[in-house]
Formats: sequence, structure tokens, C-alpha cells
Amino acid sequence: MNDTDTREIILRGISASPGICIGGAYLVDNEGVHVVDKYLIDKGHLHEEVLRFKSAVGKAKYQLHELIENTPEELRQNAYILESHALIIQDKMLYGKTIETIEKEQVNAEWALKKVTSGLRAMFKKISDPYLKERADDIMHVSGYIMRNLTGAETEDIADIDKRVILVAHDLSPAETSKIQLKQIMAVITDRGGKASHTGIIAQSLEIPAVLGVGNATARIDNDDIVIVDGTAGIVVINPTARTLDEFELRKQRYKKHREDINRDSHALAETDDGYSFRVMANIELPENVLSVIYHGGDGIGLYRTEFQYLGRPDFPTEDELFEKYRDVVEVMSPKPVTIRTLDINGDKALTNGNGMDVVERNPALGLRAIRYCLKRPDIFMTQIRAILRASVYGSIRIMFPMISNYEEVRQAKQIVRDAAASLDKEGIDYSRNIEIGIMIEIPSAAIMADVLADEVDFFSIGTNDLIQYMLAIDRGNRQVAHLYHPLHPAVIRMVQHVANVAREKGVKVSMCGEMAGDTANLPVLLGLGIDELSMNPQAIPEVKHAIRCISMDYAKKFIKEVLKQKTCEDVYKLVRDNYSDIMAKAMDMDEFLEIRG
Amino acid sequence: MEPAKKEFVKEVVIVNELGLHARSAAQIASLARQAKSNVWIFKGDQRVDATSIIDILTLAAARGTKIILKVNDGGDLEILETIVALVENGFGEQSRHE
Repeated sequence: MNDTDTREIILRGISASPGICIGGAYLVDNEGVHVVDKYLIDKGHLHEEVLRFKSAVGKAKYQLHELIENTPEELRQNAYILESHALIIQDKMLYGKTIETIEKEQVNAEWALKKVTSGLRAMFKKISDPYLKERADDIMHVSGYIMRNLTGAETEDIADIDKRVILVAHDLSPAETSKIQLKQIMAVITDRGGKASHTGIIAQSLEIPAVLGVGNATARIDNDDIVIVDGTAGIVVINPTARTLDEFELRKQRYKKHREDINRDSHALAETDDGYSFRVMANIELPENVLSVIYHGGDGIGLYRTEFQYLGRPDFPTEDELFEKYRDVVEVMSPKPVTIRTLDINGDKALTNGNGMDVVERNPALGLRAIRYCLKRPDIFMTQIRAILRASVYGSIRIMFPMISNYEEVRQAKQIVRDAAASLDKEGIDYSRNIEIGIMIEIPSAAIMADVLADEVDFFSIGTNDLIQYMLAIDRGNRQVAHLYHPLHPAVIRMVQHVANVAREKGVKVSMCGEMAGDTANLPVLLGLGIDELSMNPQAIPEVKHAIRCISMDYAKKFIKEVLKQKTCEDVYKLVRDNYSDIMAKAMDMDEFLEIRG
Repeated sequence: MEPAKKEFVKEVVIVNELGLHARSAAQIASLARQAKSNVWIFKGDQRVDATSIIDILTLAAARGTKIILKVNDGGDLEILETIVALVENGFGEQSRHE
């Protein structure tokens, strides 16, 4: 395939965290399995080989316990996982079987471990329950710990990386991400995972570029290869030519200069050219993300996802636990508003469809999730609502219900809020009396019914990721159709227009909290349509504020009339580009590069 | 399975939310390891060794699954009962109403 070892190769992936980085690759082979050699051990040395294996297990056990002890409070869910790993490590099906294989087949410990591990993996492949099936990953990780000690590859341990590197991995386990010496990692490339994966979220909060879901990065990249990671464009260049290096060095400088420019004013409220101001808020997942929000000048939290506290554990969080997590955020942000989205567990998360039943949802995106789940389990919902209400005295809270598809759901959810308030009253526990209640508009039926729903709520928040997926019937994770996913699809623009118009008529605030809101290319359209507030990843805030300042509302309103006449995404995109080339400059840069490369 | 003396066999339904996951399996395994003879778990025609967490995990026993526990030695009946109680109590996981 390659003429020489040093031919330039361009790989594409998901741009999970922006920025550009050029550096040496560092491969983490977390399966560690396919690089294992097989060799025979003569009978006289079998005992030694078994001892070598046992000592590797002992060492792994010790390391694991150390890791558990050093797991910070905020990564508690990691500790749960690690504890189960510590239990599996000496299981007879792994430990006993490996020793048996060494002795019976007279092979080296690495090979025996690999063989046993692959056998176990095959067994778990047959399991249909998604939660229990994932336990196979736990066994793979455990086997990885032992393997690393066996091969003596201490340098393979992410914790020991002693130079600044670009991390290349098939996928990173939570155990590994908690060990990363964060200062040493300049960028991340993985074969698997997407923007919302654990790795993606961590890269974003560390503000290092990440290109994920590349598919074959670990196969194409070797240790110490020079690699360019363009997290903004989702591109990885292996063994770049001198010309490409120059090009990206320039892009990197420009990006840096641009960041400096926009960061300067990021803390001021964003006003358009003609004096209209907009709140630019942040989407967060963990309480500690608040620091990043403040650092980037967020005017509040537009979306606090609350799923994290429920994942990676066998039980449900208590009201007190949740209360602490909410209070942390509300207190720090006060007096700026914090919009807490109630639990949105969906099928791809670890709670076995969220109901623990032996049911596999074929189509989790259309399944029992979010408000549907919460209304089915009012006990769980009530616990969360009480925690939110209790936190409300520490600042300004808004409650937002996800996945609303009809009027009754809003009524029922609000009733539970009233019940929670009444129960707190009874116990004499204080909470704020003027909490705004809103809903996510992310199902087409809710968008169409916006006029009816508006009577029940204080605000709408348009969740574009799901809305677009449901409207266009596109699963973005499906590579065959992902290219058809367009935020600026004329149908999406019309749908948003409808919601914004209704909101204006009914005097309800309308914000947008999907990825669409954080991409400056969409900004002229969104402002033109009359969106009041935008919420996005904290890192995108300075950029968006900067772009708002370049837009005039007067012009945007005229511009949107033209946009609404367009028939295709391409036409809309072209219109944006023709009118707002300054805002689009970054995207155009990339087009140039891709054109050169064909 | 071969016919066994009735008192050595117990049927129990998994009631905890997440089924037999690593931590619940570990609790069973640590009890089973104290037994004098083998402790088996059956689900349908699948039989696993109750002293192995991994083996238990391969049962993929989600909530609502019926499992059968079996010991081979009358002296292990107490352990059998303890495991049954553990499963019935949902492994001490926070109990919740439907």
C-alpha cells in the first residue's frame, strides 16, 4: 500500500475537541494482545513461568488498589469499575485457566493469557443483554493490566509517559483516562469513540485537540511517527511532508492568534454590531466543568446533563448525593442561571435500558428514555426533583424536561415537581419559589405543538442533535448516511423558525443547546430566526461571542428571509458563505487544504 | 442436570436492578469459595461454577431471571441458604419500589 514508510497519509475522524497539534505519536495498545509472541517453555522452567505470571498478577492487583485509593472523588464511577476489576483479577477462569494453559501447553505466560482472554471474549460476544455484555470489556481491561506487567512494559503505562506526546489508542478505558498524566498529553487520536465519549469529553475539558473514531489510527500510526492532529477539522496527517508541516504550522499559529483575540473579550456580554445582547451559556456534564465555564466567560449553564451520576454503578444515587452535585454548580455560578436537565438515560448507557429488565431495545433512540423513563419510575424522578429543589436556594435554577413528545408529559412532570415541593414543605425544607420550568424541543411533535406546550412552560430549549436526527431520519453514527446530516437543512431551519415564532408570540424564551448552537457558521441563521440564548461546550463560548459581535441583527433579519427561500443545504451554505465570509474564514481554510489534497 | 436430593437444590429469582453484574457475582463467589464441595448455578441448561465471577457473568442473568443453585455436600447447605438470601435481598443494593 505504501511506497515507502514515510509517505504522507491523511486520516479522517470526528473532530471531538478543537485545536491543532504537531508532535510525536505514542501508541497505547490497551488490548496489548496482538503484539504478543508465542514461544515454548521447556518442562524444567514451567514452574518459573507460572511464578512469573503470578507475580504479574500480584503486581497488577497492587497497582489496581493503589489506583482505587488515588481516584479523586469526582471520578467515583471509575473507582466502582476498578473495584470490580480487582475482584476479577484472580478469578479461576482467568487466573487458574492461564496457569493451566502455561503448564499444559508449555507456552509462555503472555501467550497463555492471550489465549484465555480471547476465549472469554468469545463467550461474552453471545450475550444479548447490553449491560452484561459490556462486562467483557472489564475482563479485557483486567487482562491488559496483567499483560503490561508480564511484558515488563512499564513504559506502556500512561502514567509514566515522560515526554509530551500525541496519544494514539484504540479506545481509552476509564481506568486509563484517570491515570493519564494530563500535562504530558498534547492531543488524542482514537480508533473508536465520538464527541460525547468519555475520551472526547476529557479532551474538551483539557482543551487539547482530539480526533476520535478514526477507525484505523492504531493500525496506521507507529510509535514516534510525526503526526498532525487537527481537532478543528477532524483530520490526522501521518508523516507529513515538509510542505504540509509548513501549512499546518501556519494554521496552528493562526489558530493560536485567533484564540488570543477572542479570549480577550470572552467575559463581556456579547452584543451584536447594532446593540442586541445575547446570553451565551454552557453545556456541562460534571460539576467540575463549572471552572471551564467561568474561565471561558459563560453567562450561565444552559444545559447541565445529569446522567453521569447514574452511570457505572449498580445502584441509584441518593437525594443527598445529587443535591451536593447540583449545589456545587449552582453556588459557583450564582447569580447566573443554571439549567438542570432531568435524567436522560438512554439505551446506549450502562443501566440496561434504564429499567434493569431483560429487554433489549432494538432502537434505543426511539425507546424508553428520558422523561418517558422518569414518568415510569416516579420514585427515581422524585428523588432527583427534590435534590434540584433543595439546591435552588443556593442560586438561580431552571428545570428542563428532556424528550417531551406530548402535552400530557409536561403536565405530569410538572405535577411531580409540585409533589416534590409539597413534600419539602411538609418537612420544612427550604427551596426557591420561582424556579423557571422549561422543556427540550427535540422531538418533531413537540416542535409542531410548540404553541400548545408554550402555555405550560417558561422556556423552550431546542436540542438540535436529536431534533435533526429525528426530523431527517439520520443516525449520525451510521457512516452510510452521516453525510446527509445537515444542521442547515432547509427543513431544520423552518422547524426552528416555527418554534422561535411561537415562543415570541407566547412570550416564552427560546434557547438552543445542541451542537448547532456552538458552530459559528450557523450563528447568522440562528440570530436571524430570533433565538434568545445559546448554550454550548464551554470551549466554544469565546468563539461564538466573538462571532456575535461581528453580526448585525438588522442585517441578519434580512438575511434570514433569503435563507428561507433556499431549496437545498448547499444553497443555504453558499448563502452563509457569501454573506458572512469573515465568520466562516476558519471553515474555508480547511476547504482549501482538502482541495489541494483532492 | 442429574436428579439431586431435593434439599441440595434451591430456585431463586434475580431481583436486583442490574442483575448478576461483577459486584453481585463477586459476593456469590466469595461465599461459594468457602464451601467444601462444588457450588453450581444453573440457568436453563447452562451450568456455571459459583466460585468464578467470570463464569457467573457469562450467565447474563438480568433482573427477573430464574436461577437454580445446587451444592453437592449436605454440609454446604448453610452456604446455599446464605447465597439464596443474598440474591433474594437484591445483594443489599438500595431497594426501590416499582
